[in-house]
Amino acid sequence: MSYIKCLYCRECGREYPVAPEHVCEFCFGPLEVGYDYEAIKKVISKDKIQKGPLSIWRYEDLLPVTRDSGIDMGTGFTPLVKAENLGKTLGLNNLYIKNDSTNPTFSFKDRVVSVATNKALEFGFETLACASTGNLAGSVSAHGAKAKMDTKVFFPSDLEQGKILGAAIYGSTLVAVDGTYDEVNRLCSELADNHRWAFVNVNMRPYYSEGSKTLGYEVAEQLGWRAPDRCIVPAASGSLFTKIWKGLNELKDLGLLESVNTFMDLAQPDGCSPIVEAFEQGTYHVKPVKPETIAKSLAIGNPADGFYALKTIAETKGNAVRVPEPEVAECMKLLAETEGIFTETAGGVVISALRSLAKRGIISADEVVVAFVTGNGLKTVEVIEDAADPVFTNPDYKSFQDALNVWNKRSL
Amino acid sequence: MSIDVRIPAPLRRITNGADKVSVEAESLAAVVEALNEAYPGIKDRLCDESGSLRNFVNVYINGEDVRFLDGLDTATNSGDEISIVPAVAGGY
Repeated sequence: MSYIKCLYCRECGREYPVAPEHVCEFCFGPLEVGYDYEAIKKVISKDKIQKGPLSIWRYEDLLPVTRDSGIDMGTGFTPLVKAENLGKTLGLNNLYIKNDSTNPTFSFKDRVVSVATNKALEFGFETLACASTGNLAGSVSAHGAKAKMDTKVFFPSDLEQGKILGAAIYGSTLVAVDGTYDEVNRLCSELADNHRWAFVNVNMRPYYSEGSKTLGYEVAEQLGWRAPDRCIVPAASGSLFTKIWKGLNELKDLGLLESVNTFMDLAQPDGCSPIVEAFEQGTYHVKPVKPETIAKSLAIGNPADGFYALKTIAETKGNAVRVPEPEVAECMKLLAETEGIFTETAGGVVISALRSLAKRGIISADEVVVAFVTGNGLKTVEVIEDAADPVFTNPDYKSFQDALNVWNKRSL
Repeated sequence: MSIDVRIPAPLRRITNGADKVSVEAESLAAVVEALNEAYPGIKDRLCDESGSLRNFVNVYINGEDVRFLDGLDTATNSGDEISIVPAVAGGY
């Protein structure tokens, strides 16, 4: 069951009833879900979790809604892969990739949307909506289809084709906005005030964002109930980053982990790195930027959770890493060539940050490091179009051998 | 002509339900003062103790984030449209 107790303001602490609201009326601070942890403590155990479904719903006691109140797409419990080849390249003996590109719509967004959809159904909404940089549009469209809801997805009109089609296929209404993601977000925020639509990342945000905690739970469980020594996480708004950290700490507070001594490292692409910029300036005040990055899923210039992400970095003595734009595609290839995992641009950002931290000697060789790969590469093929360099040959034995020789010499 | 200010849901309790109000003022700071005169208490919601815009309040003048302009000192003109929007997370 769910042990949700209330919503409360992260800034001033004021409590609110459980409703589709996301902002404190008094200080505009974001609302967060409050749980009855005492009651959870009495029922939760490693054993109970391990007997649960192989999805995010095995952690249902720690989520703001139950599986039975809505639909189950089979989201979560994605592979945690020991990355021995990439680890060897980087001089790391205990490197893991959390491969969230294997979710139903190929990104971690299914975690947050699964939670938000069930909560929206519980609240009696008939329309599911979102402001999206791409992955979210696909996930909301799929969940909306399964839940038989009217679905509207808003995104910047310059989005990658793969992401647009990846939402369109589910039959949702697509709204291509001539503007940046931040402008799309603003529009949706104003729409949410005046329509009874469940915008997963606006009025449903307190519930939605809790879904990201499951990444922290899973990684700890998959490591044999221990927290990683280091997490490397891509950031746009900073929400995923802070929720992974929250998830690990909840497990510790509930007695399921002995300790959490994890460095939380945040990665952003150079063309949109307002959180890294604030970190480097030594301030918690994030100055918005106008994004210009090929990692479009990270192109949020006005990161709502930037402040909390910076607090988490400080609390864990973690790092904020700015990734040069050309390294994004390069590191997508590096991960694919070493581990057989084809990630989207956000994954390239994470792998580049990982490489940078390893090269600078910030990661020690035996640390248990988890790099979070959050989406599938087929969504952003535009950025690696030059990767294909086939051996062209006629369909006979000799032609092939000659062509291969030429190709081999050229690649030397 | 005056300046239209779009009011987000969390502030409509103060504006007696109005989602749009009109004021006349020559800067954003003066807009906030004018709003506060009409709807006492609204300034405290928008600004912190030091008088700066709160962290989680976004203000746009004709669609432009005032943090890219001159913040509260940004000049306002008749016919401008101002939106007050709570910070919203999405993405990663």
